[in-house]
Amino acid sequence: MRFDDEPVPGYSLPILPGHVSPGRLERVLRAGKFAITSEIDPPDSADPAEVLKRAAIFDGVVDAINATDGSGAHCHMSSVGVCSLLTRVGYATILQISCRDRNRIAIQGEILGAAAMGACNLLCLTGDGVQAGDHPQAKPVFDLDSMSLLQIARGMRDDSRFESGRRLETPPRIFLGAAENPFVPPLAWRPHRLAKKVAAGAQFFQTQYCFDIEQLRDFMLKVNDLGLLEGPDRVFILPGIGPLASARSARWIRDNVPGVHIPDAVVRRLEGAVDQKEEGKRLCMDLLHSIREIPGVSGAHIMAYRQERSVAEIIETTGVLDGRTPWYPGRDDPQKLNPESPDAL
Amino acid sequence: MYRMRRWVVRHAGVFEAIYRRFEPMLVKLDPVWKRLGHERIEAPVRSVEKAIKATLFDCRMCGQCVLSDTGMSCPMNCPKQLRNGPCGGVRANGHCEVKPEMVCVWVDAWEGSQRMQEGERIHAVQLPVDHRLTGTSSWLRVVRQLTGSSSSTASREATK
Repeated sequence: MRFDDEPVPGYSLPILPGHVSPGRLERVLRAGKFAITSEIDPPDSADPAEVLKRAAIFDGVVDAINATDGSGAHCHMSSVGVCSLLTRVGYATILQISCRDRNRIAIQGEILGAAAMGACNLLCLTGDGVQAGDHPQAKPVFDLDSMSLLQIARGMRDDSRFESGRRLETPPRIFLGAAENPFVPPLAWRPHRLAKKVAAGAQFFQTQYCFDIEQLRDFMLKVNDLGLLEGPDRVFILPGIGPLASARSARWIRDNVPGVHIPDAVVRRLEGAVDQKEEGKRLCMDLLHSIREIPGVSGAHIMAYRQERSVAEIIETTGVLDGRTPWYPGRDDPQKLNPESPDAL
Repeated sequence: MYRMRRWVVRHAGVFEAIYRRFEPMLVKLDPVWKRLGHERIEAPVRSVEKAIKATLFDCRMCGQCVLSDTGMSCPMNCPKQLRNGPCGGVRANGHCEVKPEMVCVWVDAWEGSQRMQEGERIHAVQLPVDHRLTGTSSWLRVVRQLTGSSSSTASREATK
């Protein structure tokens, strides 16, 4: 979708009344469009071209790209680095900040730096424990938790103040997001925990992988009962989905990735298929269709780790964008394509 | 002790009632504390507080106790020291992502809060820990907070 007040397509937009950020994602969500986000697998490299190459895979199918922050407690290029490279060519990014690796001094500085580099969305995360990653010997920081991080980020934006109370000159104009996992205990608390994050400042949510539609439906009903899905301050919920490569990998994820709930029926469906990878993709498309039908859902977050190329196929086959082409460098002017795009000269 | 603290959570309502009587008593005794001097009694009170709370709750002496807001389950026992609820990594059996042998501190907190009269306090957003207070007495801090007598300790008070 094209916004007619874009000075240079893809770059910071004027902030509309009732909006907090100059970003495209907030615009798309508040316009009531079904939004698609996905995440980039950050390189273990200092090569900027590698980041652009990985982003080009999503051209035309996603509204914003998450830059993960040491996901799974593994070391990769930093989320601020990835965001800065992407915003330079105009991509909409979602900066992830996890509380595991930095204290409040570092985190607040990072929020300012990222906002200065054009990041308009911030996803506040607690972060996986260090035991899950390749540096289990590292010191887990957790000076803040996702909730206090949200509150501090909101204070920086709305009150122009650091947590210490000291004033900021120019506040970061950021749309605040958080994660939720509706599929793990304590299940009864999960909708309330989402409400608590809203109270702390969250405006949009991306959830952990959803493989259980019934559970998601139930969760959304409860969130709706809490009155969070209506009015000008409504929250936007983007359930997470992704293609599973095989029954074996489904089992591995279930046992080794913290917080991923995969019902047995899903594993059996993959096992019974001739081409498990294809079936994984089909399952993801079915989930996307079902998610779209759930009242109150605002979009979907597609996590296709090592299957990033399948994202375009999933989006195009399911037609969830309703013919809309999210902006990407070169969409309106082929001369300005991402230099690492396969279509660039 | 793990088994003790889990037992406490199962009786969170009882401990809530006890603390509700205990807190006004502490406050009422403030003239005594003042006379002795908060700084002077800090060490002995801290020792008593630590002995009692470490036995019952596996207290880590963060100095800004929130047990009444967390179902009597001490959040400092969470390996991520989360003060505002569980992370997304809780296992299907309700155990901790980091320490699989331990029930999630927040799964317990939720259950404890259901047994308390003011269990809804678990929905209040908690400020991040003020690390300057680590190792100090939370009881004396509460007294100072409720009687309005501020002291050298911290200017920014977390909720009790």
